[in-house]
Amino acid sequence: MTTQGSARTPLYDAHVAAGARLTLFAGYSMPLHYGSQLAEHRLVRVGAGMFDVSHMAVTDLAGDGARDFLARVMSNDPHKARPGRAVYTMLLNESGGVVDDVIVYGRDNGYRVVSNAATREKVRAWFDRHAASFQVALRERRDLALLAVQGPQALEIFAATQGVDVAALAPFTSLEHAGSLYARTGYTGEDGLEVILPGEQAVQLWDRLRAAGVSPAGLAARDTLRVEAGLMLYGQDMDDATTPLESALGWTVAWDPPSRAFLGREALARQRAAKAARVLKGIVLTAKRIMRPGCVVQTGAGEGEITSGIFSPTLGFSIGFARIPRNAAGDCRVVIRGKPLPGRIVKLPFVRRGKQVFE
Amino acid sequence: MSDAPSEAPPDVPDDLRYASSHEWARLEDGVVTVGVTDFAQQALGDVVFVELPELDSQVQSGVEAGVVESVKAASDIYSPVSGTVVAVNETLEDAPESVNEDPYGDGWFFKVEPDDPEELDELLDADGYTETCESEDGDH
Repeated sequence: MTTQGSARTPLYDAHVAAGARLTLFAGYSMPLHYGSQLAEHRLVRVGAGMFDVSHMAVTDLAGDGARDFLARVMSNDPHKARPGRAVYTMLLNESGGVVDDVIVYGRDNGYRVVSNAATREKVRAWFDRHAASFQVALRERRDLALLAVQGPQALEIFAATQGVDVAALAPFTSLEHAGSLYARTGYTGEDGLEVILPGEQAVQLWDRLRAAGVSPAGLAARDTLRVEAGLMLYGQDMDDATTPLESALGWTVAWDPPSRAFLGREALARQRAAKAARVLKGIVLTAKRIMRPGCVVQTGAGEGEITSGIFSPTLGFSIGFARIPRNAAGDCRVVIRGKPLPGRIVKLPFVRRGKQVFE
Repeated sequence: MSDAPSEAPPDVPDDLRYASSHEWARLEDGVVTVGVTDFAQQALGDVVFVELPELDSQVQSGVEAGVVESVKAASDIYSPVSGTVVAVNETLEDAPESVNEDPYGDGWFFKVEPDDPEELDELLDADGYTETCESEDGDH
């Protein structure tokens, strides 16, 4: 693989200067790690790390019909997206499959939606199609950069460095100041912030945070942190052909009021009534091997498959998610390179705030 | 593998022999010490588990003798020579990161008493192995 000819974020040169090993991700040349993904993972669990996520898509919604548009396209409750509030939601297709998972930030004059990089074109076309019936203007913001600053020390260091009172933010709230949006959200299971700022200011923020002791962390550590935290990755743990009910994401579906006709509702309601045959659960491996996506999982109720599997740096063994028969529980076997190895089905998440939480 | 403009070129010591499958072999006092190369550990990323052959077991050159599991992938380890395993590096159990930090030293895997010490002559020297690595890098 080469990253030549790929898109670059405003922080590309900063990554190279920090010794990044680059990888091609959704058309962007992005840092995979800066030497050791394990060290980066641990720093986010005990101190503070920062991730350049500027490859993600930012779309601003304006107009009198913006809220009605959201009520149609989001699975979660659009009323939660009040100004200064952030809400995690699925965008569903008519079959109840997941088009993308996004965060909707409520603002004084509209909304901001952050969606995945790999689905940029698909989501844009899908938005355009469904926006046609509403008084809503959509504007993709390729001029903005996104930086996730995560870890138990992230808020404190950030507030001291930037003079923005982010420590006062409650989880899943945001504030805007001088053209930047600061939100207490993240994808690591740690406290922290996601900052959406003008692209030309990204290098200055990066340099200041580095000088203040925030370590650069790459996509590899981002992946192991999110699996420990029980957070799903679009395209791997759920996709157009799987529903939130099959992906441990039922909590992102707001069924009330029954009159809200969000996309996918009918199909999802049918699946809810019949109960999904397969669901996503956590798996821990007792053997000293690592589960990878695609590994077969054998349970007492039938077979399933690992969707995400990693070595957990916090726990010291392999953990993952598997889509398995609804009634599967207790012990299982995971087939790794032809060998069935002992594992166990557990409740998600695995780690919260640096500590094991499953039993 | 991705391109890595800032990464140092892999270390290939002159005094070792190499298998094209990225193991190194060092003959000392009739015993061959085996490990994986700097090129291999860079490609693997952080190593987290190492499965070694049993002490006193027989290994065959070019045949799987163990597994190294890194954050990125599991890879077989091949013995570069045939013979009897006379020592295994048990410290890798608790410190698998030695493979990344010191691949030619503390990160060794096992020691073999070779059936035929001349088998080492069939392995690559440092120049030959460097060429192998360069051609593999070009493949990606």
